[in-house]
Amino acid sequence: MRFHLSEEQVAIQDAVRGTLGDCWGMEQLHKFAGGDDDFDPASWETLMSLGIGGLALPESEGGAGLGLLDAALVCEVAGEKAAPGPLIGQILTAIAVANCSDAETRNLLPRIASGELVSTLALDSDLVQSARAAHLFLTDDGAGGLRLIEAGDGVTIEAVIATDRSRPVSRVQFGDVAVHPICAAGDPLVQRIRDAALVLIAADALGGAQHCTDISVDYAKERTQFGQPIGRFQGLKHQLAQMALDVEPSRALVWYAAYAWDANLPDATRAAAMAKAHLCEVYTRTTRAAIASHGGIGYTWEYGLNYWFRRSVYDRAWLASPAQHRARAAELAGW
Amino acid sequence: MDLSYGAEAEAFRKEVRVFLTESWQPGERRGSELKQFAGDFRRSAIDRGYLYRSVPKRYGGSEQPVDVIRAQVIREEFGKARAPMEVGGNGVNMTVPTLLEKGTDEQKDLFIQRTIEGEYIWGQGYSEPGSGSDLASVRTKGELSPDGTKWIINGQKIWTSQGMQSTHMFMLVRTEPDAAKHDGITYLLMDLDQPGVTRRPIRQMTGEEGAHTFCEFFFDNAEAPVAWQVGERGQGWYVSRTTLKHERASIGSADGLGSQFRKLVELAQEMGRIGDPLVRDRLAEIEGRVLSHRYTSFRLFSCAAAGEDPGRVHLMMKLLLTEIGHDVALLAQDLIGEAGMIEPAGAGGRGPRGPRGPNKWLDQIMGSLGNSIAGGASNIQRNIIGERGLGLPRDLAMAAEK
Repeated sequence: MRFHLSEEQVAIQDAVRGTLGDCWGMEQLHKFAGGDDDFDPASWETLMSLGIGGLALPESEGGAGLGLLDAALVCEVAGEKAAPGPLIGQILTAIAVANCSDAETRNLLPRIASGELVSTLALDSDLVQSARAAHLFLTDDGAGGLRLIEAGDGVTIEAVIATDRSRPVSRVQFGDVAVHPICAAGDPLVQRIRDAALVLIAADALGGAQHCTDISVDYAKERTQFGQPIGRFQGLKHQLAQMALDVEPSRALVWYAAYAWDANLPDATRAAAMAKAHLCEVYTRTTRAAIASHGGIGYTWEYGLNYWFRRSVYDRAWLASPAQHRARAAELAGW
Repeated sequence: MDLSYGAEAEAFRKEVRVFLTESWQPGERRGSELKQFAGDFRRSAIDRGYLYRSVPKRYGGSEQPVDVIRAQVIREEFGKARAPMEVGGNGVNMTVPTLLEKGTDEQKDLFIQRTIEGEYIWGQGYSEPGSGSDLASVRTKGELSPDGTKWIINGQKIWTSQGMQSTHMFMLVRTEPDAAKHDGITYLLMDLDQPGVTRRPIRQMTGEEGAHTFCEFFFDNAEAPVAWQVGERGQGWYVSRTTLKHERASIGSADGLGSQFRKLVELAQEMGRIGDPLVRDRLAEIEGRVLSHRYTSFRLFSCAAAGEDPGRVHLMMKLLLTEIGHDVALLAQDLIGEAGMIEPAGAGGRGPRGPRGPNKWLDQIMGSLGNSIAGGASNIQRNIIGERGLGLPRDLAMAAEK
């Protein structure tokens, strides 16, 4: 019986947190949000140098031999830091390619795992993160299978003003493109990848919600009104307790969904849907509560809370809304 | 992560099952015959080390090393076999651990074995009409008798579970009226069978009343021997705060919540509402919280088994459970619709003689409100999470007292 993080898992999170903290803070976020780029090579290379692209790959594939749970722990830290780059797409692409039987596609794996080839998710939507920087697009084949599309000829990218400033999207259309097949419709890998995507989005939401709670608590200890720290007032104290109550127990929902995926449990698909639905609700509530608890400063651009709020808008809508996943969960339960 | 209990625990489970198959065959026994059989069974379960694991052998326990996984396997297997477990209640959960930690040898000899055998039933004498959240403000007065051998008690206690059955009470009594609030309280044990004690059941908003509800107690020159005082005079507040080392981590409340949620789904099916997208959405939303609670229970259990500190999340479990209970109540209320206009016969009842039909949910709908109050009200839980969990500064009024 083991249902809490191991020392190694805590160490992975600390390493990612430390490394990202060195190259991705509010200063970089503001600069990135004010610029035109949809990708930040410096933080990407830093993350990839930690081996995150191949984290969930078996050692025989040159990976770290860890699972989706460990990948989720990394995505949680990325959510906490509002890190840029198509991290979720990269991890999913590595898992998909490692599990595909097409020899030519599999040849790409080392360069995907190393992060040299940047791969972004282009599933169920034409709004795609880091589209201008990506070398590969993980997408469906129009018939229910999965494939990778190469950047370049046949890929049309149209700029949009992205709401999520930490992971800007563009509108992407695929025409006559170069394709690397992954699997056909009906292959269980399709559902596995879709489930894994939901788990990793839930993890990003968890990290973001935790961050918003933490900075709200810190602010309540520092900010004084009526001669006292505002966190002493029960009105605010109870709101902050309620945020923590929303976030902390839902952590185990992400762990379970990732564990169920790794162990290929019968309820893995449903657990992923529940985690995505619940954590995106938590993220929405928490970012709103964080801004409310800060007062005026939380409403400014400068303070930066809006980056997490915007990210929560993205995570919530990405690969379908909480209500849509609850409908799926109801269906999967046989209700 | 791994949710199996491991090979060692499964081998132990087999051992427990064999014991249960051999020893718990109550057959057609009823009444006093069944009671006798259950008593004998408990004694042999104690001999095997399955019950009262934290109680020393000399007081009738089985004195086993702390092992939350074994304790969980025992609960699961005894539960499946519907075999008698520990007698439970305040006596086993509060009096016995407190006495083991703070009691005199005489008190341990006098009370522990009789409590775990179910002979003594303990009521909690903490809350008073004027002391709820601010428990340390208790005013029930204790004065020494002229010969110095007895405490003479005057005052009132309230919200005592099992009050009509209780043979004894553990209580907080103000003995040093001039001392600082927290330092003027003594922890006493009292025999409730005496002329100075009057008890009365409190009728609850659910309609529940009579022998199995909460009680209020009135003390009019009631007596407790000084030898039954636990800990030092004036130190009772700290005795009552004793951190109890237990095999407490369990997934029992998560199992209970899970089965309540399944009943809610069944209710939606029975009422023909399960196809309604709004109902399905609310069910799935509630289930997200039910599962958060369940998996967090696994997390706490796992930390306890490994001897690791789970952090602040353990402070949140009571409030989480309470809030999910409210969500369940609100949906149940919509699902039963007009059936809720008629209070079922036996409302507030417990067990097989309780009400039938959709309106039986009125018990949960109203009872869930009690969970916001009993055992630390929800706003007190929010203070605990905020102050102890998040490190926010204490409320000025409370901070000033310390």
